Amino acid sequence: MAGTITVHLNKEASKRPEHVTESGPVRWILIAIALLFLGLIVVLPLLSIFVEAFKKGVGVYIDSIKDPDAMSALKLTLTTALIAVPLNTVFGIAAAWAISKFRFRGKNILITLIDLPFAVSPVISGMVYVLLFGAQGFLGPWLDDRGIQIIFALPGIVLATVFVTVPFVARELIPHMQAQGVQEEEAASSLGAKGWQIFWRVTLPNIKWGLLYGIILCNARAMGEFGAVSVVSGHIRGETNTLPLHIEILYNEYQFSASFAVASLLVMLAVVTLIVKSIVEWKSSSQH
Amino acid sequence: MKGSKPRNVLPGFGLSMGFTIFYLSVIVLIPLSAVLFKTFELSWPEFWKTVTSARVLAAYRVSFLTAFFAGLVNLVFGMLIAWVLVRYRFPGKKLIDSLVDLPFALPTAVAGIALTAIYAPNGWIGSYLAPLGIKVAYSPIGITIALIFIGLPFVVRTVQPVLQDLEKETEEAAVMLGAYRLRTFWKVILPELMPALVTGFAMAFARGIGEYGSVVFISGNMPLKTEITPLLIMTKLEQYDYAGATAIALVMLIVSFLMLLVINLLQWQMNRRTIAR
Amino acid sequence: MKKITHVRSVVIILALTLVLAACGQSGNNTNTTTNKPANAATDAPATNATDEPAKAEPKPPVELLNVSYDPTRELYVEYNEAFAKHWKEETGQEVTIKQSHGGSGKQGRAVIDGLKADVVTLALGYDIDAIVEPGLINEDWQSKFEHNSAPYTSTIVFLVRKGNPKGIKDWNDLIKDKVEVITPNPKTSGGARWNYLAAWGYALKQNGGDEAKAQEFVAELFKHVPVLDSGARGSTTTFVERGIGDVLLAWENEAFLSINELGPDKFEIVYPSLSILAEPPVAVVDKVVDERGTREVSEAYLKYLYSDEGQEIAAKNYYRPINETVLAKYKETFKDLELLTIDQDFDGWKTAQEKHFADGGVFDKIYTPGS
Repeated sequence: MAGTITVHLNKEASKRPEHVTESGPVRWILIAIALLFLGLIVVLPLLSIFVEAFKKGVGVYIDSIKDPDAMSALKLTLTTALIAVPLNTVFGIAAAWAISKFRFRGKNILITLIDLPFAVSPVISGMVYVLLFGAQGFLGPWLDDRGIQIIFALPGIVLATVFVTVPFVARELIPHMQAQGVQEEEAASSLGAKGWQIFWRVTLPNIKWGLLYGIILCNARAMGEFGAVSVVSGHIRGETNTLPLHIEILYNEYQFSASFAVASLLVMLAVVTLIVKSIVEWKSSSQH
Repeated sequence: MKGSKPRNVLPGFGLSMGFTIFYLSVIVLIPLSAVLFKTFELSWPEFWKTVTSARVLAAYRVSFLTAFFAGLVNLVFGMLIAWVLVRYRFPGKKLIDSLVDLPFALPTAVAGIALTAIYAPNGWIGSYLAPLGIKVAYSPIGITIALIFIGLPFVVRTVQPVLQDLEKETEEAAVMLGAYRLRTFWKVILPELMPALVTGFAMAFARGIGEYGSVVFISGNMPLKTEITPLLIMTKLEQYDYAGATAIALVMLIVSFLMLLVINLLQWQMNRRTIAR
Repeated sequence: MKKITHVRSVVIILALTLVLAACGQSGNNTNTTTNKPANAATDAPATNATDEPAKAEPKPPVELLNVSYDPTRELYVEYNEAFAKHWKEETGQEVTIKQSHGGSGKQGRAVIDGLKADVVTLALGYDIDAIVEPGLINEDWQSKFEHNSAPYTSTIVFLVRKGNPKGIKDWNDLIKDKVEVITPNPKTSGGARWNYLAAWGYALKQNGGDEAKAQEFVAELFKHVPVLDSGARGSTTTFVERGIGDVLLAWENEAFLSINELGPDKFEIVYPSLSILAEPPVAVVDKVVDERGTREVSEAYLKYLYSDEGQEIAAKNYYRPINETVLAKYKETFKDLELLTIDQDFDGWKTAQEKHFADGGVFDKIYTPGS
């Protein structure tokens, strides 16, 4: 799956000559179908979240977000993302560098392994850490003797989140760096640049958009992960509940409005990062 | 551009490769191998009995069929959305483009609850469908809709860049040769998009088989009918049957891995062919 | 060109660090805001305590973790507050009780896997027995507290839509044509196992102990189930919010709660002729409390459930108190009905579990193709 998730809204694209585009009505019908589909599948659920969230008024909305349990969940979610995202970013850059700039055997297997967390059921991703670090798990007794708590605590939540978000940055960078080739780096190297210099001054400027986008997606997914974290969290109120788990708890307590209010918080976090990204992207492209 | 010659000039292979392997081992490989080791606690006949019991087989069928249909729907509409986003200009395009990523970001449970609320017989859409005798929530259709939601970004985001890079010249040549627009699409554009489409479909499919959070709310969880494989794993776990859970998990893992491997090999071959041309 | 990109890369990195810093900042902010009320709360009583004559040397504040099942959320919110106050008065020690809720089986598994619970308050003895197995709880847990370590009981009732349009009065009405029944999956939900066993017990009694007939009855019953959620709360939501089904098989306390929370004018409770005595048990997790040195307060915590105040709180949250005086006070709420018990009618949880709910058991046979 080279070239996933890359977006460059090419401005020229819309100015295609008449003979290689569709006639006006066809164009609008296609746009209408696409929007209708998106509306039904993506927009409507989002809308319903906001409608439910504000059903009982703005007061309830603000209260449910200011609730200490919600705040501690928010804090845990941000802490988790703050650890998981940089880790996966460093990994993503290293993996993309190795894969795109060098030739070696088994590259396909390596790429497949990086992809694997995309396809593993979240239930399994959580379960594997229980199998490893749980009290009955392979390493459990050893850890227990030393008083180290991994699952049902922050480390377990971070591990499960890292697992789920491993592919995002790497998968975003690999096609970019492959397309970019090695000429520039080789030129820099022949001019006597050292390894890190080459990376900072030549490679990074070229991949920064892909990198930024990968980080944004990785972050969004890290904050929103539910299934895997649910298995390793232990659901202790105010302690090991992340935002998505807090949403579930509120829902199970029949506090539907509060639950959707917290959910809308997550949606807004995601929307804001995505909008910021397109603004930054647009600004930079208009500079050229 | 993707020419491959020995690249010994560049530094950092040892470091980056070493770190990659180390990180993957710690985060992905060692944990996943735990599934394998736990399953070894079962004897072969026990394992076989677990993974081929009627309930489990029915769950595979539900998971694979719904993920397949969701993948197909996403294939068609995902391509359409990518097409519209790349080629046409219309107001609010940037916003729409950002919306495509939201299913990645939304907690799956929230998506599940929201979709159930909409498609339940008393929901916004469900209430119009119910009199027509169409049952969406608590049926395989509901599962499929949840999986369409989850898988949509995979297809759009795979097709988009390819469509962008598609050279105008090829299309123009086809037009000059007198091909109609639709024909150009079938004969020139679609073949170029094929690898990306296959990849997007496969990713959406693979993700769909494993999806749990959003599906449990909308599926109704009826054994043999709308019970999905990840739910069975969960059920076994809650019955304190770890080995049984890992046995089913192992089957799913192998299927996912093989599918991804095939895609990556396919992609690699197609890339080589393009270079050769 | 090179220079520009270089500058830009610096800007990007700066921006990124800013974003990260901002995240960190907001994390810290929430930290202080969450701490403040907590501090304020702990400060105030602390000063009170110094005013009083000290009863004993003040012990450092202690924290307990109560791992419980889904429907007890509201009960323990109220009870924890009451106990903390009581313990403070008794010993001068601060105690905070943290709660974890989820499906009974899932919670039991979490404790086995290393969730450091001081006490467990689950839906059925079977789940506590499972925790006994790896040696976390001593085998004699059920005799540790009065009444088989079940400080409150409950039963299974029917929740129907207002006016009872389908005229459901007893178990055999559930298998009438066009009646849809909502219950969670007995494999994943503790409450659903009580539902199932009550139905089984009823059929057995109706048919003079004929097990084949009883099996037929429950099989028929589950054919009337259109949605099988994994937990009790999920089923309630399906029934109440989604409007699916004609009758919800539910814990008595859940039925009362959903009427109060979700619409007194929309639902009513129907008591069948026969139901089952559900005894959600409590236990101290011996290994954890000994490790953490919290045995004394943990035992007191569970013991206080049997006190008048504890029983009162249970009754207020629609759990049947075992204390006769408190029960008499709430006679209006808790209707008398004939109740089967798990020990007398089903030979205990172990037997019931193996026969009905284990893989290949009676329940699985209901969902075997071709049966």
